[in-house]
Amino acid sequence: MATNQLSLGLPKWVYLPATLGGLFVALPLAALVLRADWGNFAELITSESSLDALWLSLRTSLASTAACLLLGVPMAAVLARTDFPGQSLARSLVLLPLVLPPVVSGIALLYAFGRRGLLGEPLELLGIEVAFSTIAVVMAQTFVALPFLVISLEGTMRSVGQRYEAVAATLGARPSTILFRVSLPLALPGLASGAVLAFARSLGEFGATITFAGAMQGTTATLPIQIYLERFTNPDAAIALSMTLVVVAVVVITVARPGRNAL
Amino acid sequence: MSTLEYAAQVREIAADFQVTSGETVALLGPNGAGKSTVLKVIAGLISPDSGAVTLAGHDLAKVTPHDRGVALLAQDPLLFPHLSALSNVAFGLRARRARRKEALDTAHEWLKRVGADDLADRRPDTLSGGQAQRVAIARALATTPKIMLLDEPMAALDVNAAPEIRQLLGRVLKERTAIIVTHDALDALLLADRVIVLEEGQVVEQGPTADVLTHPRSKFAAQIAGLNLITGVWRDGDLTHGDLHINGLTPEGAPTTGSPTIAVFAPSAVAVYADPPHGSPRNVLPATVTELEPRGQRVLARTQVGELAVAAEITPAAAIDLGLTAGTRVYLSVKATEVKIYPTG
Repeated sequence: MATNQLSLGLPKWVYLPATLGGLFVALPLAALVLRADWGNFAELITSESSLDALWLSLRTSLASTAACLLLGVPMAAVLARTDFPGQSLARSLVLLPLVLPPVVSGIALLYAFGRRGLLGEPLELLGIEVAFSTIAVVMAQTFVALPFLVISLEGTMRSVGQRYEAVAATLGARPSTILFRVSLPLALPGLASGAVLAFARSLGEFGATITFAGAMQGTTATLPIQIYLERFTNPDAAIALSMTLVVVAVVVITVARPGRNAL
Repeated sequence: MSTLEYAAQVREIAADFQVTSGETVALLGPNGAGKSTVLKVIAGLISPDSGAVTLAGHDLAKVTPHDRGVALLAQDPLLFPHLSALSNVAFGLRARRARRKEALDTAHEWLKRVGADDLADRRPDTLSGGQAQRVAIARALATTPKIMLLDEPMAALDVNAAPEIRQLLGRVLKERTAIIVTHDALDALLLADRVIVLEEGQVVEQGPTADVLTHPRSKFAAQIAGLNLITGVWRDGDLTHGDLHINGLTPEGAPTTGSPTIAVFAPSAVAVYADPPHGSPRNVLPATVTELEPRGQRVLARTQVGELAVAAEITPAAAIDLGLTAGTRVYLSVKATEVKIYPTG
């Protein structure tokens, strides 16, 4: 950007609230850094319960990111490339978990897939018990992370347009070939940032998970849940684990670069 | 054989025409006449409201776009930005299940044929407009389409690149079935065997290129054409036709000696004299007036030069001064700078 350009529409007083806002975000993070027990940091995050939580969070977040890709890519493609009655309603529905309180999402999942839920009985007959298992963790994470992938990929696919797809068709490419060799490669920035954001959202998921999956060490107690559980009994461990999530968040923000892509 | 029969309606565009196998047709017409729509219907990107399009005897309504064998070349080359030039050309072959090695070999072959083999490894964003269009031409032809559709392929190119691409198209479209949409009479003249003029969604005129461009009947063709065309052979820096020698500019490079050429000049560039004129370098042609036609504020004098028809646009005052009537013997004068000579072979 041109560095010599003057910001003519920017009154001086704007700097005051802008600075206050910046401090408001930075101060709690600084407090966390100052309060951390750096001497025992390695020990705190390598305790058995911490490692269990870390490992569980990593596994479930990767699994839910994969699930988001598997379900979200087709959803984004349908929303971006078709025109059907009720489409805007369908889009609102897909984006709902974005604004829904996570605890409500958890309750909803419980009444759909829980033992007394809508699909509970048929699932039980098949010998599958979803609620309060690691699968429930992945489902809760997928439920809240899916909109991030769909919204990002749909936006990119729309802005790329259909001209390249038309050319590919006249060159003899079938619809599946076009999707995998033209549409998705061209929408790769949106796909990548959507996947990274979905991963980050999964990693941070708390409300829906604790409601639908519970908080059992090793099976459902993910990092955020572990932090919540330890914050009174072992505050130093809670802070150390929080620092770990802050580092992951910084990495994600750097990689996903929101603003430069679709989001 | 890949004859195309088009008789379809989309909204108010209801064109009806044929393109015979091996023929290149120029589709002319003002903006909004429906030229691009017609191409999209043939390519299968738009479905017609009614009517039918058949290619090589097959009703295209029953054929998906990827099975039609219809290649589309647009103003924008639209090379896939994530693939190299070579992979772009190989794309259609790979999509048709050719083996990787085979596809790449064929792609190389096509890049060579369009004079772009040295660009094989380049990414599309590093190519100039003309280079990208070359690669796009190779990509379209590599799929051996039954018909090639070109939508103003030179419109986005700069003045230096356009003549090169036009020559390349002239070479590769020979013997191929093709439709080229253009605004430029020159494209039609150098690339097309036949011209179809579309106005407000209807075919208003069609015929051999030279006929339509010299004797346009439709409003649009008259605007862009109404040109004098003299065909001949390039010899000693002149176009030679019998005893006639035409001197002019060669904007696309000098033709090779003995090759067929065509000289193009507007009737407004022709001056009429009772006696042979002298002065700056000019072509002087002895002629006989055959007909006078009013053209708004001007008069179009149609004349015969030997067996050639040449039209001159003059003022009514000049026509009266010279006492022009059918049969008057005159001298036509055309400045060399007003004549453009193109190779046609």
